[in-house]
Amino acid sequence: MRNSKNKGESLLRIAASQLLKNKGAVFGGVIVFVFIVSAVFAPFIAPYDPLDSNLEDALQGHSLKHWLGTDEQGRDILSRIIYGSRMSLSIGVIAVLISNAFGVLLGLVAGYVGGKTDNVIMRIMDILMAFPGMLLALAIVSALGPGIFNLMIAIGTYSIPIFARVVRGSVLTVREMEYVESARAIGQSHFLIVLKHILPNCVGPILVLSTLRIATAILTGAGLSFLGLGPQPPAPEWGAMLSSGRTYLRIAPWVATYPGLAIMFVVMGFNVFGDGLRDALDPRLKT
Amino acid sequence: MLRHIIRRIISLIPVFFGVTFISFFILHLSPGDPAELMAGVEASQEDIDAIRKQYGLDKPLLVQYGVYIKNVMHGDMGVSLRTQRPVITEVWARYPATLELATVSVVVASIIGLLMGIIAASHQNSIFDYGSMVVALFSISMPIFWLGLMLMLFFSVYLGWFPAVGRGGISHLVLPAISLGTQSAAVIARMTRSSLLEVIRQDYVQTARAKGLSERVVVYKHAVRNALIPVITVMGMQFGYLLSGSVLTESVFAWPGVGRLMVQSIYARDYPVVQAAILLVAVNFVLVNLLVDLLYGYINPRVRVE
Repeated sequence: MRNSKNKGESLLRIAASQLLKNKGAVFGGVIVFVFIVSAVFAPFIAPYDPLDSNLEDALQGHSLKHWLGTDEQGRDILSRIIYGSRMSLSIGVIAVLISNAFGVLLGLVAGYVGGKTDNVIMRIMDILMAFPGMLLALAIVSALGPGIFNLMIAIGTYSIPIFARVVRGSVLTVREMEYVESARAIGQSHFLIVLKHILPNCVGPILVLSTLRIATAILTGAGLSFLGLGPQPPAPEWGAMLSSGRTYLRIAPWVATYPGLAIMFVVMGFNVFGDGLRDALDPRLKT
Repeated sequence: MLRHIIRRIISLIPVFFGVTFISFFILHLSPGDPAELMAGVEASQEDIDAIRKQYGLDKPLLVQYGVYIKNVMHGDMGVSLRTQRPVITEVWARYPATLELATVSVVVASIIGLLMGIIAASHQNSIFDYGSMVVALFSISMPIFWLGLMLMLFFSVYLGWFPAVGRGGISHLVLPAISLGTQSAAVIARMTRSSLLEVIRQDYVQTARAKGLSERVVVYKHAVRNALIPVITVMGMQFGYLLSGSVLTESVFAWPGVGRLMVQSIYARDYPVVQAAILLVAVNFVLVNLLVDLLYGYINPRVRVE
């Protein structure tokens, strides 16, 4: 028992050291860390209240007072971007948690039970995958109505089949392993076999996929917010900030420019970190 | 090949039902009574009852779904709440604009993506390789609507080279096509690079080199041809995504396509149009993927055998 724990620890250490050797992954990790810190400590970092409007300062360019300028309400753009990281990261993370909750469960059941159950679950997943992600999210959010929670549900739903597929694939490999057969032979319940022997072996691919899907979720969330289907004004959401900034593109381009850069960097951070994580944890996923 | 085609088409039947099922349920997921939504805010109780009867909304849900499928088969998807015109006419009128934008975008994306991928792979670990892949990383990470606005800012507002919005001649197409195609170009570049790197290590490529052929002939005549097989699939899939993903680009550039119509209809709670647009785009996506699959089977016989 102790040996297997040690082995688990050393595998984790190998993966961690591989991750640290990967310059791209470290770069991505640092970007993600910066955004997480700014989201958590927003009230301490942001120079102004993100909702504090001051029409006298409206549409001002860069200055020592407002590093990234102000928007049409005179609100400080830097402060709104810092607070906006809270929204974008929550949209990305919670949407992926929703995908995980359903996708992992469906993938485990499909892969472990097999037969007709597998067939039915995977055909439903195929149908969901026949919808382009953005379209499915748009369809759901148009039905549920705009708002941050509906946005999370909409984005979370379209990644469910991707998680189900990956988990099912891992389960199919693990299911035939000798230690799973041994667990079955000693009469362990299916629930415990899945929980103790199968699920831990799927954690790597789930973690990698989650990191990469957070990037997609943030991008889609910003897109839907840009269309006015996410958090409503005056909430400091990057997509919504970009949308209001387009009106002033000619006279105050900074209003639309900086939120876009924030989206790009956080998405890039998750993408690069996810790639590194994949190389360290599960090189098979690379194909 | 015929068996492969038939098998693929049969496999689409459940997908088609699923797609119609989802688009059907959009109306039923929305808060409120679908008949009231379809009738509009100023409708009388008689109007609401008439709509309920016309669309079978007083019947059980599965029967309603059957009626919906029947109506869809007959090209009847209801009437737009905004314009009172048949939904199918509204959506079809916008379709050519979306198709035009997606086609030009995928052509631009394929040319740029292929060139970037080939240059990166044939100069592996050089500045060209790193440069191409960094550009691809930026392209994949940036929001397309932001890229659209930035292109508009520089090329329309500052330089005045291209019109900022609307549909017209080729000049109107340039900025939306670049904006929409950039992410696809990056995906194609990455795929071309990895596929070419794999092929370049094959024995027959080494043999071509050993025969004394120039690197140019080895890469373009021997390696690229085989490396292109998976890339063509990616290109086709990207075309499907572009057809559906133009919602944002069309909104930025006021491009009068199905995506913009969908967004306008969501704002106006014009659910029959939203339903029809989603169904059309999803069916389109499925059909494009089918064509890509069949094309892949045609150019790569191993798939047919499998």
